Amino acid sequence: MNEVPLTHILFVSTALFFIGMYGLFTRRNLITMLMSIELMLNSVNINFVAFNKYLFPDKLDGLFFSLFIITIAAAEAAVAIAIIINLYRSHQSIDVDDATEMKF
Amino acid sequence: MNTSTIIFYAIAALILGAAILAVTTLKIFRSAIWLLFSLVGIAALYFWMQVEFIAAIQIVVYVGGIVVLIIFSIFLTQQSGKEMDKPANGKMIFSALAALFGTAFTFNLISHYGFNNISAAPFNPSVNEIGMQMLSTTSHGFILPFEVVSMLLLAAMVGCIVIAMKPTEANIVHLNKKED
Repeated sequence: MNEVPLTHILFVSTALFFIGMYGLFTRRNLITMLMSIELMLNSVNINFVAFNKYLFPDKLDGLFFSLFIITIAAAEAAVAIAIIINLYRSHQSIDVDDATEMKF
Repeated sequence: MNTSTIIFYAIAALILGAAILAVTTLKIFRSAIWLLFSLVGIAALYFWMQVEFIAAIQIVVYVGGIVVLIIFSIFLTQQSGKEMDKPANGKMIFSALAALFGTAFTFNLISHYGFNNISAAPFNPSVNEIGMQMLSTTSHGFILPFEVVSMLLLAAMVGCIVIAMKPTEANIVHLNKKED
């Protein structure tokens, strides 16, 4: 168990975060952008749990932070999908390049 | 190199490989399925770290909730077999460079920090402990964020219904009357 150092878990979560960032930069479709954001939120959760387990095992604060992040991510995904469906109804497309009415 | 180590690297490879495919594949439905695999891999990582409660929550909320919601919205908004447009080459190169630079920079920081206060105290993330601390009103309890997040969920639920509701004819007439 202790043969995998904490830094390797952090490497995995860092790589996951930047994969999500790459997706957010390259995708033009709102649903796939939402998926990239979910990946980034998950990488943060891995960090919280790993720090809690390796550095402060006598407390449980990291676990609570990841529980609250999961809750807020679920609420965020639900609201985002409601907005996406509404946008699709008015524009017949969920491409960010097609929704430019409020672009300055 | 024992079994536990090998399992960790296998899980890490699953997570990262599925995540890369999820952000690069051009078919949106495949992208959702790769995201599903990546999230299952993260749940496996939580199981490997022996935080079974978080792993269960991860499976219930992400795999059972969010991915299903995403797949539903894909079916509602577009033809799932259609390929999306390839991103422009310049944008792809610069995004990849930005991501690679950020990864290298953070790897460098992490590997030089040297976490030397690794504690060997026993870690007890049982459901019993989590429940007692989450609903406790003493100085290390989490009752206030718990209540606030439940209000947030209620507000998000009402907000979703209001945003996604299709205005019916009767509703529109009613609203117009109110304005007069």
